[in-house]
Amino acid sequence: MANPPKADDTASKAILRLLRDCFEIYRETQRYCDITNGVRNILQDLSLHILDIVENSIDAGAKKIEIIIKENVKQNMLVLKIKDNGKGMDKNTIAKALDPFYTTKKTRRIGLGLSMLAQATKEADGTFQIKSQKGKGTTVIAKFVYDHIDRKPIGNMTETIIALIAGKGMDVDFIYEHHKNSHGFVFDTRTIKKEIKDIPINNGEVLNILRENIIKELKRIGARP
Amino acid sequence: MKKLKIGDLEKIREKARRTANLRQGKARAKITVHMGTCGIAAGAREILTALMKEIEKKKIKDVIVTTSGCAGLCSREPMATVEITGKAPVKYVDLDAAKMKKILVNHVLKGTVVKEYALAIGSERTY
Ligand SMILES: Nc1ncnc2c1ncn2[C@@H]1O[C@H](COP(=O)(O)OP(=O)(O)O)[C@@H](O)[C@H]1O
Ligand SMILES: [Mg+2]
Repeated sequence: MANPPKADDTASKAILRLLRDCFEIYRETQRYCDITNGVRNILQDLSLHILDIVENSIDAGAKKIEIIIKENVKQNMLVLKIKDNGKGMDKNTIAKALDPFYTTKKTRRIGLGLSMLAQATKEADGTFQIKSQKGKGTTVIAKFVYDHIDRKPIGNMTETIIALIAGKGMDVDFIYEHHKNSHGFVFDTRTIKKEIKDIPINNGEVLNILRENIIKELKRIGARP
Repeated sequence: MKKLKIGDLEKIREKARRTANLRQGKARAKITVHMGTCGIAAGAREILTALMKEIEKKKIKDVIVTTSGCAGLCSREPMATVEITGKAPVKYVDLDAAKMKKILVNHVLKGTVVKEYALAIGSERTY
């Protein structure tokens, strides 16, 4: 019996790849729709937004990232500031960065992080700002009406900071400043690295102690640990 | 303003001395949890926390836990990549804390890939 004709391997592979691409685009679009329909539920709290925004800074090659939270109950304001010394953006990119269909990532066709945080500020009558200079760094500032019913909770900042140090603490320095009214603290991995000398900062024991310390400080200033 | 300092330095030193020096590449395995937007939304941080706690509970000293950005497969997040030193990396998808713990025991400690959670080979996009 004659063999069935063999499909041209390169051609069939190309078609398969195309189909797979189409499917992936479809799934991403679907997911994007899910996300925009229920933005508030995707990143449940601000500590997850912060983790995500800091991930941008890490992708941008930042070596020093400052995370500042100011809870000012009297002025009824909550301010988040994430400042990095990464590669920055030019004017054009900043303008595009807030478009959810804009991303410079090669693994995906949509970017959501910045637009979702902007959306979260809007829902709580706040403001959102990106300052960036190419080659210098980027600062993201999100402001919220503190007691606004739609203001997302701050969430678990301790786990966000620990996750960042566990994942990137050897290459990147994190400065976490948290104020509530007139109390506050600064947590600086550069200081800690000096203290622990040859012990890597992502060591499990070190992380446990850092975790305990952050919780203690948050309690001391009257913030939710 | 108060600067946070860590106390118990001697205690950490003591404990850390017993830890293998992972920076010198003596690790048995590396586990990377993907922390892109979709991953974070799907619970990647909780997976990382659970993984760190389990490693501590089991007193595992030669496994590196790290994070990376988006893995490009939003619909399958949370994802983690397990790389046993000297072997090809395996990507795990649709994770939760329980699955991660099972992967730690079976794949990382015993060397058996947990096929039911692994991303089927070939279905992965390469860019
Ligand atoms: N801190 C930053 N430094 C430099 N570029 C940034 C930074 N944050 C965001 N960008 C740019 O804005 C784009 C959109 O960001 P984002 O909304 O978080 O989506 P994504 O990270 O998924 O691409 C990024 O792809 C990147 O080009
Ligand atoms: Mg992002």
